[in-house]
Amino acid sequence: MKKLIFISMLAIVLLSSRSEPGPEELLSGYGFFTGRLADQVPAEGVIPYQLNTPLFSDYAEKARFIKLPQGAAVPYSANGVLQFPVGTVLIKTFYFPQTDRGKRLMETRLLIHEAGGWKALEYIWNDEQTDAVLEVAGDRKPVTITNPAGREITFDYIMPNLNQCKGCHNTNDVMQPIGPSARQLNGELLYASGTENQLQHWSRLGMLKDLPPINEVPATPVWNDPATGSLNDRARAWLDINCAHCHKQDGPARTSALLLSYEEKDSTRLGFYKTPVAAGRGSGGLQYNIVPGDPERSILVYRMASTDPGVMMPELSRKLVHAEGLELIKAWIRQMPATQP
Amino acid sequence: MKLPLLLSLAATCCTAAFAQQDVQKKFQRQLIMAEDGDTITFPAGRHTLLSTLSLEGKKQITLRGEGMDRTILSFAGQQEGAEGLQVSNAQQITIADMTVQDTKGDGIKTMHVNGITFRNVKTEWTGKPGADNGAYGLYPVQCENVLIDSCTAIGASDAGIYVGQSTRIVVKNSLARHNVAGIEIENSTYAEVFHNECTENTGGILVFDLPDLIVKKGGHVKVYNNNIHHNNYPNFAPKGNIVAQVPQGTGVMVLATGNVAVYGNRIHYNNSIGTAVISYFMTEKPVKDSTYVPYPAAVQIFDNDYRRDKVKFQGKGRMGLMFRFKLRFGRNVPHIIYDGILNDDWTDESGRYRDEYRICIRNNNNVSFANIDAGNNFRNISRSMALHDCTLPLTGPSREADNNIAL
Repeated sequence: MKKLIFISMLAIVLLSSRSEPGPEELLSGYGFFTGRLADQVPAEGVIPYQLNTPLFSDYAEKARFIKLPQGAAVPYSANGVLQFPVGTVLIKTFYFPQTDRGKRLMETRLLIHEAGGWKALEYIWNDEQTDAVLEVAGDRKPVTITNPAGREITFDYIMPNLNQCKGCHNTNDVMQPIGPSARQLNGELLYASGTENQLQHWSRLGMLKDLPPINEVPATPVWNDPATGSLNDRARAWLDINCAHCHKQDGPARTSALLLSYEEKDSTRLGFYKTPVAAGRGSGGLQYNIVPGDPERSILVYRMASTDPGVMMPELSRKLVHAEGLELIKAWIRQMPATQP
Repeated sequence: MKLPLLLSLAATCCTAAFAQQDVQKKFQRQLIMAEDGDTITFPAGRHTLLSTLSLEGKKQITLRGEGMDRTILSFAGQQEGAEGLQVSNAQQITIADMTVQDTKGDGIKTMHVNGITFRNVKTEWTGKPGADNGAYGLYPVQCENVLIDSCTAIGASDAGIYVGQSTRIVVKNSLARHNVAGIEIENSTYAEVFHNECTENTGGILVFDLPDLIVKKGGHVKVYNNNIHHNNYPNFAPKGNIVAQVPQGTGVMVLATGNVAVYGNRIHYNNSIGTAVISYFMTEKPVKDSTYVPYPAAVQIFDNDYRRDKVKFQGKGRMGLMFRFKLRFGRNVPHIIYDGILNDDWTDESGRYRDEYRICIRNNNNVSFANIDAGNNFRNISRSMALHDCTLPLTGPSREADNNIAL
C-alpha cells in the first residue's frame, strides 16, 4: 500500500513538472545570456533583432532578442506580426548609455508564448546591475540622460506593471506582440557573423519558412532616414508603431475611432477633420485631430507635444516629448494640401 | 490587521514620494494578483496615488472602500496614466464605497466589461470647476450590463456620469453636480436613468448619438422620475468637445437619437432650455459618416413638470446669437424646443413624420413649446404642440433591465 502511494505521488510530481513552469524570480534564471548578464551576450539559440522604426520610450535604447523553441520555424507572412510558435520568447532590455559607466540597464521585458497565449513579465535591474528581479507592479527610478539635442535631462523613468503591458499589447483583449512583423524586420543587422538582412538571416538559420525573394517583401521605412521612404511613409510608420497598438480597429483606443495603423486608408479615421471623442482637455481647445496644412491646429500634434498625463499621447511609456518624432509629424501635416472640413 | 497599520504609518510618517510609491505598488500588486471572486478592500483614509490603478482580465472582483468620502484615492499628484481607476476586459466587477479624486484624465474608466456595478462611489474634482478637470467621472465604455447606483459625480469637464457605446444600462439614485453634463448616455442602447438628481451642471441629462464612432445607433433610452434642476452653470468644457456646445441652462437634451422617453421628471429652473430635441446639424459640424443618422426620432416627452425663471436664454456663443437674433423669445423661452429638421425618408405624403418616427409631447405640467424650424432659417417658428399630440410604445426592458443585471 505504501508503495502504491509512493508511485502515485511520483506520478503526480512527474505530471506537474511537465506543465509550464512559473516565472523565474530572477532574469538570470532563464539562461538567455552568457557571461556577465549585464553585457547581454546572447546564449546559443537566442538571436538579436531590431525594428526599422521602433516605439519611442523616453530615449531608452533597446536590445531585442528572440528565442524560438528548438527546431521551430516561423511561417512568413507579409502582413501583421509574425505568428510565432508556442514556446517563443521575445526579450527586450531597456537601457540608457551613461557617460561615466557604460550602460545603465533599467528593465528587461519578456513576452512568452505559452499554450494559453502570450504572457508578459517585467524584470527590473538592480542598482548593482548584476541581475533583474520580477516585479508585477512595476517601478519608477530617476534617470539622467543627454538627449539628441545635447541637453541633459533628469526624469523619472517608469517601468510598467503587468496590466500596463496588456494596455498596449492588446488585440481584441488578447495579448500580442507589437513590433516583429516581416515589414519591420526587413532591414540589415550586424551579427557576430557579419551584416545581413534579418529575414534572410532567420531564413538561413531555419527560423523562418517560405521567405519570398527579399525584393518582394514589404519594408517599413526608417522613420528618420529619408533614403528609406517618403515623408508620408515615414510619418505613417512612426504613427503605426507609436500609436496604432491602441489606435487600431481591434485595439483599446477603438472607442475613439481614431485609427492610425499603417494600413488605414479612411481619412476621417486617420484624423483628417475628425472631431475628438472623450478627449476632454486633451483636445487643447482645438476642433480636429488633423487639420491638413496646419500642425498647430491639430490635436494629434498638441497631444504628442505634451507631458501632462491627462493630455499626452501615448498615455504610457513616456515622460518626455519625442522632439524628433514630433517634428516629423508636424512636417507631414504641414506639407498636406490645405482643405476644408 | 497588518495592512491598515502599515498604511496609516505611511500616511502619517512620510509624505515623500517614496511612501506614496509603496502604497501605489501595494494596491496595484493586489489588483494584479487578485484571483477571480476576490474582494479587495481599500482602507479608510486618503491614499495619494501617482499613477492609474488598473484591473485587467478578471472575473467577479469587488473593489471596496470603507465608504464614500472615507476611503479617498487622491490623484492630485498624478504623474502617469490618465485615469484614476481603470478596469478592462473583465466580467462582473463591482466598485463600491469610495471616492476617486482629482485625476488628470477620467475618474474611473471601465472598458469591455460585462457586468460592471458602481455603488456608492464618488468621483470629483475639487476646487472650482474648470477646463483643466478631467473629462468623465464614472466612465463605462463598450460595456454590457452597467449599473450605477447611489453614486456622486462632481466637476467633470465633460460628463460626470458618462455611459458610452454600451448596452443594458441602469443609472439611478445618483447625484451629478458642477459637471458640464450631469449624466450622458451616448451611442448606447437600453438605458434607464431614474431617481437621479442633476443640479448646477451646464446641462442636466444628455442622450446623444454621435458620428464616427465604432459603436453607433443608440436608443431605447428612458429618462424618468429624475430631479433635473438649476443646471445653469457656465460651460467650462475644453473647446472641440461636443459638450462645449451645450448651452448653460439645459435640462435634458436629446440629440440625433431614437426611441427616447423622457417622463415623470421635475425639470425646474434650467433657464435656457428645459428639454431640447435636436439633430446633429445644430452642432454645425460636418457629417462624413455615411452610416450615421443625424436626426432624432420617436422621442416622447410626457408627465414632466416644468418651471423656469423668467429670464433670457442663458447660453452663449452661436447658440446665444441664434436665440437673440433669430428666435427672439426674450424672457419667454419655451420649455421644450425642437429644431424641426426632418429626415425626408421618414415622412408621409403630407410631409410629416410617419407615426413611428414622431416626436410626441403630451400631458406635461406647465409646459410651453417651440418648433424653431431650423431647417428653414427659423422662418416658421411654431408654438403649437398639436402636431406632437401622440404617444409611442415604451420600448426596451423597463425595470427588467435592473433585475437582469446580476449583482
